[in-house]
Amino acid sequence: MTEFLQQVLNGLSLGAIYALIALGYTMVYGVLRFINFAHSDVFMVGAFIGYYVGEHLPAGTVWGGLVVLAAAMAGCAVLGILIERLVYRPLRGGPTLNVLITAIGMSLFLEYSGQLVFGATPRAFPSIFPSKVISVHGLIISMNQVIVILVASVLMVALELTVYRTKIGTAMRAVALNPKAAQLVGINIDVVISFTFGLGSMLAAAGGVLYALNYPSIDPLMGVVPGLKAFVAAVLGGVGNIPGAALGALILGMVETFVDGSRFSTYKDAIAFAILIGILLFRPAGLLGRFATEKV
Amino acid sequence: MAPMLEVSNLSVSYGAIQALHGFSLKVGKGDIVTLIGGNGAGKTTALRTISGLLRPTSGAVSFDGVDITREAAHRIVARGLGQVPEGRMIFSNLTVDENLAMGAYLMRDKEAIARNRDYVFSIFSRLKERLKQTAGTLSGGEQQMLAIGRALMGEPRFLMLDEPSLGIAPRLISTIFERIIEINRDRGIAVLLVEQNANLALEISSYAYVLETGHVTMEGKSAVLRTDPQLKSAYLGG
Repeated sequence: MTEFLQQVLNGLSLGAIYALIALGYTMVYGVLRFINFAHSDVFMVGAFIGYYVGEHLPAGTVWGGLVVLAAAMAGCAVLGILIERLVYRPLRGGPTLNVLITAIGMSLFLEYSGQLVFGATPRAFPSIFPSKVISVHGLIISMNQVIVILVASVLMVALELTVYRTKIGTAMRAVALNPKAAQLVGINIDVVISFTFGLGSMLAAAGGVLYALNYPSIDPLMGVVPGLKAFVAAVLGGVGNIPGAALGALILGMVETFVDGSRFSTYKDAIAFAILIGILLFRPAGLLGRFATEKV
Repeated sequence: MAPMLEVSNLSVSYGAIQALHGFSLKVGKGDIVTLIGGNGAGKTTALRTISGLLRPTSGAVSFDGVDITREAAHRIVARGLGQVPEGRMIFSNLTVDENLAMGAYLMRDKEAIARNRDYVFSIFSRLKERLKQTAGTLSGGEQQMLAIGRALMGEPRFLMLDEPSLGIAPRLISTIFERIIEINRDRGIAVLLVEQNANLALEISSYAYVLETGHVTMEGKSAVLRTDPQLKSAYLGG
């Protein structure tokens, strides 16, 4: 039983990180109908901003950790908005394939610029939050896991409130449903798209810092694998669907953790992905996704 | 007096296909003008170009004497030129309430927004009953009411309606047309009405244009066109 709870906890914190990345994929897909492959590298940049800011702050304090998070989120929001403005916007209105290929190019550009600027050698991420490990009835809870779950939960609730309770959030959903109609009520879709990129990149940055807390070796290619998994999580939940992305990420995190803890651990990714393929065979639009049918 | 909306010599193409050939039209303040024609005549193209969703290859659109030909769609809306698009295009996953709130996207004044909502409910009382309902679950007629209501939330001075009778139960069509007359009469909103249902459109408008494959083939006072034998056989069912 203890072991089971332990795995649930581990799965939850891994899933929470996937969720933070997956939300960005799904939101951008929602408004622009394309997969921003550079998103996983924004996640990496977030971790590096965290690394540089963290080096200048006293380690092991809550406020220091929060400052690191805030700095990474702010920096990546700017990065995300710039990427959209300078790289994707000029291609809008053209074939989707062009943007998709450009996104892959942007991803490679960030990864190899990262190697140039940060260096290819992995670095040790500082322990920015207080790192304690407590044991409750044999259940080992690390402070970092608690922080991951806590921060991710707060951010997801904040996102939910932004998307469903604010004017700009409603405008985001309106643009996702029908960009033409959105323009006809006076919504400037450029502003909404910038906002979406900023929001998604902020969450990815938080994911990057939290990921680095738990796996404290960071390098410019660190985003590739978690990015891929978060992308799969978004598809699993139904791409374009915000609660779906969170759900898909949690399922993926759990499955991965449980397989990892079993005697099939060598095949953890293979088994995790096989389950996903299985789910998608029965629900091709994802768990919560619907293929959009527009009444005309 | 200069017309409120003046379209001159507009040409629009989709790639190699030209949808409008030198289209011109005028709508004065407080008028109801209609643009009639069959499927594929270019009516929707004309409206979308006026509202900035499409760019013309040549020609000009001016509103209140200001050239708006190259302006972004959301800026044109901000000038007071609203549109109820073809197929209604309501935000189907949003509630009726949220759809109306989006209609007032550009308004800052909370009191004015509340006034506009009251006005919308006064002409379409059904919307008030369905405020918390997801818009996609409304009937076709109710969706059309919502689309018109949403446009009115932005306090337009000029309203373009694209086939408001399309796909709607016949008994609701007359309601919606009565409301269009009311909106024009009570609020002084000028109306450009695009319709396939030429009978109705000619009945409520003062001036009409007939569009065929991208050309204006006929124009004149609606009362006169209603008796035109050629038009009768083509659009008015003999």
